[in-house]
Amino acid sequence: MSEIEIKNLTKQFKVKDSTVTALDHINLSVEKGDIFGIIGMSGAGKSTLVRSINYLEQPSEGQVLIDGVDLADLNDRELRKKRSEIGMIFQGFNLLEQKNVIDNVCFPLEISGKKKKEARERARELLKTVYLEEKEKAYPSQLSGGQKQRVAIARALATNPKILLCDEATSALDPQTTESILQLLKEINEKYGITIVIITHQMSVVTRICKKVAIIENGFLVEEGPVDRVFEAPQSDAAKELILEKKKEYLPVEDLKADRKIRIVFEDNSSYEPVVANLILHFGKPVNILKADTKNIGGRARGEMILGLPDGEEIQDQMITWIRERGLTVTEVDEDV
Amino acid sequence: MFDEKVIEMLLVGIKDTLYMTLASTLFGYVVGLPLGIVLNVTGKNGLKPNSLIYGIGDFICNIIRSVPFLILLILLIPFTRFVVGQSYGSSATIVPLVICAAPYIARVVEASLNEVDAGVIEAARAMGASNAQIIWKVLLVEARVSLLNGLTITTGILLGYSAMSGTVGGGGLGDIAVRYGYYRWQTGIMVVTVLLLIIIFQIIQHIGAGFTRRIDHRKR
Repeated sequence: MSEIEIKNLTKQFKVKDSTVTALDHINLSVEKGDIFGIIGMSGAGKSTLVRSINYLEQPSEGQVLIDGVDLADLNDRELRKKRSEIGMIFQGFNLLEQKNVIDNVCFPLEISGKKKKEARERARELLKTVYLEEKEKAYPSQLSGGQKQRVAIARALATNPKILLCDEATSALDPQTTESILQLLKEINEKYGITIVIITHQMSVVTRICKKVAIIENGFLVEEGPVDRVFEAPQSDAAKELILEKKKEYLPVEDLKADRKIRIVFEDNSSYEPVVANLILHFGKPVNILKADTKNIGGRARGEMILGLPDGEEIQDQMITWIRERGLTVTEVDEDV
Repeated sequence: MFDEKVIEMLLVGIKDTLYMTLASTLFGYVVGLPLGIVLNVTGKNGLKPNSLIYGIGDFICNIIRSVPFLILLILLIPFTRFVVGQSYGSSATIVPLVICAAPYIARVVEASLNEVDAGVIEAARAMGASNAQIIWKVLLVEARVSLLNGLTITTGILLGYSAMSGTVGGGGLGDIAVRYGYYRWQTGIMVVTVLLLIIIFQIIQHIGAGFTRRIDHRKR
């Protein structure tokens, strides 16, 4: 049985006289202990989707099952109990500004009626896990963004949840802090075996820690699968767009534009052969390297390169075949890189 | 002019003024705080939106607040007599003061609670908090600085309103100012009562601001 199962989930909002469909018949299952990424551009519906998992948003149609229990079957009290078994962290941290760090971490325990002494002990233990044991008495306004998110993580873990939902949890943080928070999430996943669902618009977050990914576009689930598979050979346009991170600011100058562009992905074993150099030597024609990058995907190094091929369809096709023969994945790229 | 009798009268005036101000603030909050919470909770972006309940509360608040205090004072004389047994004196003044203050307090409380970050409320819901827990442990706690500011302002306003009750024999410094300053042309006594009111107002404001600073952990 999957930890989280989403069946035919549809969510519609009424805006004045019209209805907006935020999610359209989504089917998704997340296995126990997974780190599952849900990625999409802003407005794609991913925040609504993650809020459906703990019923902060009630679906218009379809079901959400946690450990096989349909949330729609629960009464108010049972639903609140269930929610306390699902931790959640947010882009804006959402800490209680008038409570200090330890009281923030104790808060969910206070709500569920734990004794104060027990709650404090548990909170101290968690602050150690997130490396903030010295900040116990500090107030949120005295902390940096990364520290606030650590407190929020400790707070989300206080009730010993089986699932942790992260709603754009790193979007307000700088790259270094993002990296340290992701590292922490990974540690927590390994240490407690907690299932983590990460909502993000950054592909780098997904490739850094997720095992599986689902891509949401305009309320539809357009692609789903293991991260390395999706990264190597994205099928949907949305996936391609996200992987190419089009909005990054290394747009090449005009004359680097080529008619036909391809994207190749190297795995660690194929990185030894100088493929591009050999390709040029073999065909005696130059190719343009428009973009080159390496990424750590699920702990394995992956190289990514976008090549502009020389004019002439015949030679272009030959080149693609030649690269494929060397065991590399080739995708054609239409957009400007 | 300032013989023992006048000084004693002024001391009693101060006592009555403080009594009216503080008692009406207290009872005003007894009515206004729950009403303000109801307005916030049933409001459009509240925990449990309910346009009917909100509409009724909203209507009552607006009606009472649109009647000038002096007129309310006179209008409520039969009611005051029913509650207190007489329609003059400082205890009697508290009745119209509370009725005037409660809707005002409700609005101030509603506005303070509306300021609480929606994200924090969502986080509490995600933790499994009930609405009652969110009200007690999130809304009232996170809004406490703003609530205390509202309390300080309300107390100051009620101090001013309590002085107005002098016109109907309400007692306190306002009563003295009207009787001696207006009817008897003894400007000296009137000036002293005004100075006393200014001093009391400053003290209230100072205490309120001091407390507010001490309990605010948002910026330091």
